[in-house]
Amino acid sequence: MKTLFSYLIILLAGLLFGIGLAISGMNDTHVVQGFLDVFGQWDSRLVFVMLAALIVTILTFPLILKRQRPIFDLSFHLPKFNQIDKKLVIGSSMFGIGWGLVGYCPGPAIASISYGYWQTAVFIVSMLIGAFICNKTTS
Amino acid sequence: MVELTSSDFFLAAFGGILIGISAILMLYFIGRIAGICGITFSLLDSNEINKPWRWVFLLGLILGPLLVHQIYKLPIPDAPTDNIPLLILAGLITGFGTKLSNGCTSGHGVCGIARFSSRSLVATITFMLFGFVSVYALKHLVGL
Repeated sequence: MKTLFSYLIILLAGLLFGIGLAISGMNDTHVVQGFLDVFGQWDSRLVFVMLAALIVTILTFPLILKRQRPIFDLSFHLPKFNQIDKKLVIGSSMFGIGWGLVGYCPGPAIASISYGYWQTAVFIVSMLIGAFICNKTTS
Repeated sequence: MVELTSSDFFLAAFGGILIGISAILMLYFIGRIAGICGITFSLLDSNEINKPWRWVFLLGLILGPLLVHQIYKLPIPDAPTDNIPLLILAGLITGFGTKLSNGCTSGHGVCGIARFSSRSLVATITFMLFGFVSVYALKHLVGL
């Protein structure tokens, strides 16, 4: 029963994330490239999406993390590594370039699958191959 | 600037709030970060394949837009660029880069910053800056 309920919550979380991306315009690569195009026809929507999401998380995460454990697990699964290293900076730089070239970051790319565009499929398969190569070549 | 209506702004902010609530559900109930890269790329890791919750989350992520476009008659976005080499290159470096830096817009941008993680703050500023540079080069120098 507990497992079933936790899967329902996770499904709901996925649905809300996907609905949030869809209604805010973030699944539209042209809107995202419009945000990144600061010297062209700038589209400010991403700022509102990000700020709204951040207000919600910044206000609640500290309270949640004061708890001993989450409801359905024995402990929180948080990244333990907190050093700013070369991998972080190089990886984020590469991601930023890729993000700009097409206008997809991983979330919206996956959330756009149901639109049925072949371009989305090419991007996602390439992205998985990229992550796989990284997994195999870096420790 | 692109001319936007008040409904565009409302939907952007409302969408952001839903994404934030999704992140709360994940952290409060199962103690996980709602980071799409982490959730997706762990499926490539043989040790993690037997963790069905990742598939359940991704199923929701894919079904959510399908539902909302059906129910609210929200127009489907235009197709991304049809430049195949560009799609492949962008996909490869997005996958490699987010794996190398352990996160993307959701994991670092929304969840990491809310945990006051300095790594996430640095990552978010870096990918934003390189995103601006990338689009500048693509649209204004190369002209694609």
